Amino acid sequence: MNQPPDYESIPGTYVYDSRRGRMGYALNMFCMSLNKVENREAFKQNQAVYLDRFALTAEQRRAVLDRDWLGMLKLGGNIYYTIKIAFCDGLTFQDVAGMMSGVPKETYAQMMLAGGRNPAGNRYKSGHG
Amino acid sequence: MARIVAGIACSHVPAIGVAMDRGMTGNDYWDPLFKGYGRAREWLANLAPDVAIVVYNDHASAFSLQIIPTFLIGVADQFPIADEGFGPRPVPAVQGHPELAWHLAESLILDEFDMTIANEMPVDHGLTVPLSITCGQPAAWPFPVIPLCVNVVQYPPPTGLRCFKLGRAIRRAVEEYEGDLRVVIYGTGGMSHQLQGERAGLINREFDKAFLDGMTRDPAALTKITHTEYMREAGSEGVEMVMWHVMRGALDEEVAEIYRHYHVPASNTAAGLMILENRSVR
Repeated sequence: MNQPPDYESIPGTYVYDSRRGRMGYALNMFCMSLNKVENREAFKQNQAVYLDRFALTAEQRRAVLDRDWLGMLKLGGNIYYTIKIAFCDGLTFQDVAGMMSGVPKETYAQMMLAGGRNPAGNRYKSGHG
Repeated sequence: MARIVAGIACSHVPAIGVAMDRGMTGNDYWDPLFKGYGRAREWLANLAPDVAIVVYNDHASAFSLQIIPTFLIGVADQFPIADEGFGPRPVPAVQGHPELAWHLAESLILDEFDMTIANEMPVDHGLTVPLSITCGQPAAWPFPVIPLCVNVVQYPPPTGLRCFKLGRAIRRAVEEYEGDLRVVIYGTGGMSHQLQGERAGLINREFDKAFLDGMTRDPAALTKITHTEYMREAGSEGVEMVMWHVMRGALDEEVAEIYRHYHVPASNTAAGLMILENRSVR
C-alpha cells in the first residue's frame, strides 16, 4: 500500500485528488449541469427527478437533497462544483463556508472581519503547529 | 519586436466582481478594498498596453472534469462571459489577440511546453475580476486579452517551478514576435484562502507578506514551495498562487515594485494586488 499523501495531515481539508476525483465524478458533473439556466429551473422544480439524470450513489443523493455540504466533500464533491447547488439556493460562498465550519453565519463573518481563521493550531490534525 | 513591460498579480475573488456589478463598492465592507485599486487603475491607464496575457484558472465554467488541461491558451477572436451558475457577469465580452496567441501556442509547444489550444471558450470570474479590478467598468475592455488557463482544481496543479519556467518561455516567445507590441501579463488568484471543509476561512498574513516580498526580491526561492506547504500554510485554495509564478517568470530577474495592496477579508479570501515593472524596458 502507498503511504497516505502528506496533505492528509491537514485538518478539516478535503484535497480534490485522484481518489476523490474517482468517487465524485458523477456528483460534480451533476453540479456542472447547473451552469445552464434551464437545468437550474428543472432542478429547482423537482430535485429528486432531476437527480435521476445522474449516476449518484444513494449517499451522494441524500447529501445533495439534505444540503449536507461537508458530506458532499467527503463523498467526492469538489467545492467549485458543489457551490453551484448553493447558488441555486441563493446562498453565497461565505454562507456555505460558515456551514461547513459549523458556526452561525454571523460568527463566521465576524471571524473573517477579524482577519480570518488563524493558522496556529490548524496546520496539523494533531493540533500541533 | 514585442516586449513584456510589466506584470500584475491580482486575486480574483468572485465577490469582488459581484460588489462592482451591484454597485456596492462604496459601502463600509468593500470601501477599504476598493480604495486600494485606484492607483493601479491610473497606472494601467497610463501604461496603455497593446495586449494582456491573463494567467488564471477556470472554476468549473468552460471546463468540467470531463477534460482537464493543465496549461491552455485561448486563441479565439472573442471570449464570451461564462454563466457560472448565477448568470453571466454583466461585463463586456473579452476580445482576443489571435495572431499573438497562435504565435505563443506554436512557440511554447516547440519550446517543450505542451499547451492545449482553445478556439472557443467562455471566460469566468478568474479572468474578468482582475480586469474589473484594474480597468474599472468600461463599455469595452481597453486592450485585447490572451487567456492562459492553469488547472488548480484537480490535484495536482503544475508545480510553482514549472509555472515559473512557463513564464520564461512566454517571455522568449513574446520577444520573437515581429509585431511591435507592449504586453502586460497578469498572474491571478490567491492569496491565502480556504473555501472548503471545517478549516474554511483560513488566512495567513505572514505567509502572504513573505510571498509578496519574495515576488519582488527572490522569486526563485518561492518556486520551491510545495503544494502541501501552500495548502497547509495558505489554505487549500491558496495553492492557486502557483499562477503568480507564470507572471513572475515572464519578467526580468530584477523588477521595480510599483505598487502593492493587501486587504482582509474579501469574502473568504485575503485579496492581494501587486504591480511589477521590467527595469529593462522602463
